[in-house]
Amino acid sequence: MASTTETKTGVVILFAGDSGDGIQLTGSQFSTSAALFGNDISTFPNYPAEIRAPIGTIAGVSGFQLHFGSVEVFTAGDACDVLVVMNAAALKANVKQLKPGGIIIANMEGFDAKNLKLAKYPTDINPLKDGSLDKFKVHEIDVTKITRLALADSGLGTKEMDRSKNMFILGYVFWMYNRSLDSTIEFLKEQFKKRPELIDANVKVLKAGFNYGDTVEAPMNRFEVKPAPLEKGTYRSIMGNQATAYGFVAASQKSGLPLFLGSYPITPATDILHELAKYKNYGVKTFQAEDEIAAITSSIGAAFGGSLSITTSSGPGIALKGEAIGLALMLELPLVIVNVQRGGPSTGLPTKTEQADLFQAMYGRNGESPVPIVAAYSPSNCFDGAFEASRIALEFMTPVFLLTDGYIANGSEPWKFPKSADLKDMKVSFAKNELKDGEKYLPYKRDEKLSRPWAIPGTKGLEHRIGGIEKENETGNISYDPENHEFMVKMRQAKVDKIAEHIPLQTIDQGNAKGKLLVLGWGSTYGSIKTAVREAIAQGHDVSHAHVMYLNPFPKNLGEMLKNFDQVLIPEINNGQLIKIIRDKYFVDAKGLNKIQGLPFSSEEIKNKIVSMLK
Amino acid sequence: METTEIKLAAKDFVTDQEVRWCPGCGDYSILKQVQTVMPDLGLKQEEIVFISGIGCSSRFPYYMETFGMHSIHGRATAIASGLKASRPELSVWIVTGDGDSLSIGGNHFIHLLRRNFDVNVLLFNNEIYGLTKGQYSPASPEGTVTKSSPMGSVDHAFNPLALALGADSTFVARSMDRDPVHLRGLLKRAHEHKGTSLVEIYQNCNIFNDGAFEVFTEKATKKLNTLFVEQGKPLIFGENGDKGIKLDGFKPVIVNVADVSANDLWIHDETDRVKASILVRFFDSPKTENALPRPFGIFYQEDRFCYETSMNAQMADAIKTKGKGDLDALISGKNTWTI
Repeated sequence: MASTTETKTGVVILFAGDSGDGIQLTGSQFSTSAALFGNDISTFPNYPAEIRAPIGTIAGVSGFQLHFGSVEVFTAGDACDVLVVMNAAALKANVKQLKPGGIIIANMEGFDAKNLKLAKYPTDINPLKDGSLDKFKVHEIDVTKITRLALADSGLGTKEMDRSKNMFILGYVFWMYNRSLDSTIEFLKEQFKKRPELIDANVKVLKAGFNYGDTVEAPMNRFEVKPAPLEKGTYRSIMGNQATAYGFVAASQKSGLPLFLGSYPITPATDILHELAKYKNYGVKTFQAEDEIAAITSSIGAAFGGSLSITTSSGPGIALKGEAIGLALMLELPLVIVNVQRGGPSTGLPTKTEQADLFQAMYGRNGESPVPIVAAYSPSNCFDGAFEASRIALEFMTPVFLLTDGYIANGSEPWKFPKSADLKDMKVSFAKNELKDGEKYLPYKRDEKLSRPWAIPGTKGLEHRIGGIEKENETGNISYDPENHEFMVKMRQAKVDKIAEHIPLQTIDQGNAKGKLLVLGWGSTYGSIKTAVREAIAQGHDVSHAHVMYLNPFPKNLGEMLKNFDQVLIPEINNGQLIKIIRDKYFVDAKGLNKIQGLPFSSEEIKNKIVSMLK
Repeated sequence: METTEIKLAAKDFVTDQEVRWCPGCGDYSILKQVQTVMPDLGLKQEEIVFISGIGCSSRFPYYMETFGMHSIHGRATAIASGLKASRPELSVWIVTGDGDSLSIGGNHFIHLLRRNFDVNVLLFNNEIYGLTKGQYSPASPEGTVTKSSPMGSVDHAFNPLALALGADSTFVARSMDRDPVHLRGLLKRAHEHKGTSLVEIYQNCNIFNDGAFEVFTEKATKKLNTLFVEQGKPLIFGENGDKGIKLDGFKPVIVNVADVSANDLWIHDETDRVKASILVRFFDSPKTENALPRPFGIFYQEDRFCYETSMNAQMADAIKTKGKGDLDALISGKNTWTI
């Protein structure tokens, strides 16, 4: 039976299996290939907190969802069209995500008696056999057996042969979507440079998977997803944490300052440390500190010395850094604090996403301690977020928060990346000794931005002391004077407020500038809101979308923009945080849409809310 | 480092800030000795940085005409690590107390020592919390009666130098506020040592723990209760240098110098880690019978790679093998496509 080809505008595939099955690699290889083909794409890995949870159990299921299309794609997709399951647990954990009529590709060996028991199916029940999957198209493949056959004369042991199983699946899915194997073959050559026998084996199995689709009488059509009409230009695929790291390297080069990262490993922020540790030849110093406090305080030390200093963490680590953030604020030294948010409170949901640390960034310190906040809204936007946070820190001599979250940090998308020549210059000049005879250096004398000079050790004649105790204006000497304290508190606030004059005005992402409903978002909800609003507008609804990247201070025109709409909806992956700040600041009766499940919004959820508010 | 063109004097290191320690505090003497020694170190004023945490001793940077930072409780060591990692050419001095470094900053303290940044740590030990007005510290002996331990503390005290050796510190020394000459000598050696130099300084808090060390510092009792160690010299103490220390296996015993031949006495060797680990354990309360004298001087010194040196070597290696980083190459990566 010859297979036929059906054209689709968008497809969501979810690869799922044991965390040791190579699922993340399979997913990312398909993503690379789709991106190179010219599809728009968005991905979302979903993995367990345990590195090696018990094999075959639901707790150990690792997933990689990707959404690619011939139209623009803004999220990793809601329900999926194709579910690839390496074992029974992967099916059980994910089958509810599959659209009716969707395709299941099942690795038969993963449904033997042992795996069914581990997945806690009742005795003698096999979902592949009992008719419970009748509304889907199920394709069972004995992946293990065919893989071993393909490698029979490879000289590899059974265990090593079985490690290539994911390549068979990948080859098969490549066949389904009629994709080239080239980028994966290139990847395998690079990956196993030192073990050529593994290159051969993996390529062989990859091709076996592809050919399997061609040779067996596959009971399904092949699909075509044409390239997307993306803006012209040169693209690459980028993950959020990677983009954050690149943004800081770029800021370092553009400011002419060495980059110093003090960090302590924490999910889901650690990849920024991994990434930056590779770039020593870019003048990047990474210091894996003994704890979160040393991570930030070492960065403060480096900032005192004249580095572009950053520290990266997630909510629990940020809580530990609180006192030191206050110190940086009092010292008025530049520092970027990255919070890759995860589910909280306490240890919470380390590998799941949430936006619940906005209040922590805004208010989570003792005393009156305003800190500017920048929030990235997509994987590639993490680059701009890191770059902008650095710029603000350096221009205003202040600690700055950069908020991202697990969804965009680990998600990926095509990125029409900038050229370094097109990036804004942010050359920094340290204070020079221009004192006249007998004149004393004033470390807290401010410029028109209310920013103080940065006089680094080694500058003759500018020796001075700074500290966390309240200080006298200009001299920086310790002062307990009541009026001075009030003055300094207000000065530090005025300095942060002043930043509003140096950030872009808020724009409407889509829709009219005036109307019935504005959906106001921040952070990783961008893709879901954009998709939902696009669909709602297409259906004739009067709705607009604005996404705030600068959360403290807000862009100067934000309040005015809000007043141009009858209603404001603020969807957040938390229990309502931006909404409280907006209500407090602008007296706008905004409505919230909140989801706190460790998962991003589906665009459907947001669209339903839009429609119900416009009834 | 180059020497300065104009010879600096101690007064050049005095700031315009009024010193606000309690009258009679041991900190005054330490400040004086540090200011006195500074001009002899061959450093430029602007390349010296004093960093402190919180506590009485941590006011120190305000009184030193150098770069300085009075930071937050316990973190001076970590701040100094970041500064030294990013600016290896600076001369970095950490001023801390027994509460600041051994309690709230205990973690950073041990990690600083093992990493061996080339910095100097002046640990003012007064065995009490002074700034918070008199609570027992991790260095207070068991039974210390304070406002927070009215029936005597039940905490077992740290032996700071044993802790330091346990953390593989490369320079372990002890001095006291009341012996300016000795203290100045150690400060110079601390500066010369390439690596983290830990100088514990017994410092009297005349308000909350007056006389904690008087048996070691007062003329009448000093000779009998202290042992000043010097490289290559036998361990001798006592009224007229009549007592010495001999090793009986691994056990130090007090002998009359007259009763033994000179070869039998313990000869001090700063490079001997095993002997240093015994020496730091000369920690009996002077009130106990046959207590070993409390040693002062440099217990241990070792040359080991400094963190910042190794870090910079890796940076240089990376540039050598990969070339100086190109931002466009980084941003574009290896896999791009054009639409």
